[in-house]
Amino acid sequence: MTRHRGRGIASVNYPIGMNLGGDPSQALVHSNPSGKFTVALSSIDLGQGMKSVTRQICAETLGVPVEDVYVDTADSDTGPHCMGSFASRGTHRVGNAVMAAAREARGVMMEAAAEELEVNAADLETDGRGNIHVKGAPHRSISTKDVAIAAQFKQGKTISGRGIFLVPLSNVDPETGEMSPATCYAHACLVAEVEVDDETGEVTMIRMDSAYELGRALNPRLVEQQLVGGAWMGVSHALYETPEPYYPDPVHGPRDFVEYVMPGPGDICPHDIAVLERPAPDGPFGAKGPGEMCANPVLPAVANAIFNAVGVRIDDLPITPEKVLRAIKAEGGARPQARR
Amino acid sequence: MAKTALQFRHNGSDVAIFVDGGTNLLVALRELIGDMTPKFGCGQGGCGTCSVLIDGELHLSCLTLAETVAGRSVETLDSLKQGPNLHALQRAFAENFAAQCGYCTPGMLMAAKALLDRNPSPSRAEIVEAISGNICRCTGYEPIINAILAASGGRVSA
Repeated sequence: MTRHRGRGIASVNYPIGMNLGGDPSQALVHSNPSGKFTVALSSIDLGQGMKSVTRQICAETLGVPVEDVYVDTADSDTGPHCMGSFASRGTHRVGNAVMAAAREARGVMMEAAAEELEVNAADLETDGRGNIHVKGAPHRSISTKDVAIAAQFKQGKTISGRGIFLVPLSNVDPETGEMSPATCYAHACLVAEVEVDDETGEVTMIRMDSAYELGRALNPRLVEQQLVGGAWMGVSHALYETPEPYYPDPVHGPRDFVEYVMPGPGDICPHDIAVLERPAPDGPFGAKGPGEMCANPVLPAVANAIFNAVGVRIDDLPITPEKVLRAIKAEGGARPQARR
Repeated sequence: MAKTALQFRHNGSDVAIFVDGGTNLLVALRELIGDMTPKFGCGQGGCGTCSVLIDGELHLSCLTLAETVAGRSVETLDSLKQGPNLHALQRAFAENFAAQCGYCTPGMLMAAKALLDRNPSPSRAEIVEAISGNICRCTGYEPIINAILAASGGRVSA
């Protein structure tokens, strides 16, 4: 029995959003009489940080503290339409919609403040701490709370805004086959190092080194969390998970979490991450989306690493010990390739 | 089916409920007592999100017959927070971004508490072992391990 080390590399070019009949999302922003703001969405936060990032985008656009923004989401009865949290589209599409809504609300807020301060709205600016003042004259100031109260009870204005962001459907040119399915792309490159046991066929992850280009990372810790989890989702698809191990034959399908194999805490390995930020021109504050592209390069990188380790090409996922062993047997033994 | 009277300590308070024979502890806690902190994941003992402590020992509440906790002490995630003060583990989970969707978090925290109660300064390998019965579908094991290390005063690896 020998354990063979191998290294594989893969890169992806990943579109943000989708192109199936137009890709819109909407947002509504309004102020409450307390001077705090509510963002109404129906976009789902399933742990990727949709609520945090839309809160940041709204606060930054309005020019108010992030604590003053509340995001009410995940219910299509109370929020405007969202296409959904998938296709790495959340930050980009929903973020842009929130930005548009917050910009409109900010316009009304500045008008209401201007009326209270008896100045021109164009001469006002926000300090990001909950106040609006005359440019160059911070003492000529009013709090967003007082503006909200004045708008609501004196001026009869709603400080609110509507936002939609739509990437229209791009049709295929029948002559050239050309189309523009996405407005921006994220990129990833990952090097996987594995160890393959030529007696059991088992593949162990040794380490991952990766770089991601995802526009501006609006919340670096959440981005990192997404990249770490996403990479392991990729490993899981590469090595473990399948509902139909002998597809299309349904036999031996898993019936529970013991048989549906997923990585556990004992399987993880060191993972180095580099985040490169090249702001997208049409992204909210330059953001694209880290969503799916962090899982994708792992699968080919692991398959390449297995080839590098034992010289077998397996193009059927997941790469189970059985497939590795059968392939090694067919080759008449492990044939480690040159280390690169 | 006849109901059985059942008394036990739940997070330090005495509780009394009537259970059908065969009711598992998870159902008793969630539906009869109203403590929603232990989660239902698989109902088969495969995921760990229903983990609770019984007399200080880690158990899967979905595989525990409610009647077997009569007279014993059951602690759930709800017992960790004291008033407005988060438990050191909860603080460490928040500070280390150890929750994404959060569904595994109650079980992870109880498994971590069971570990730290008997071994206040565990090694990384001991932590991995302690949470090996808990599945994190967001695969955020690294920050979870780091959070437990941080809560135990251990050095967090980069």
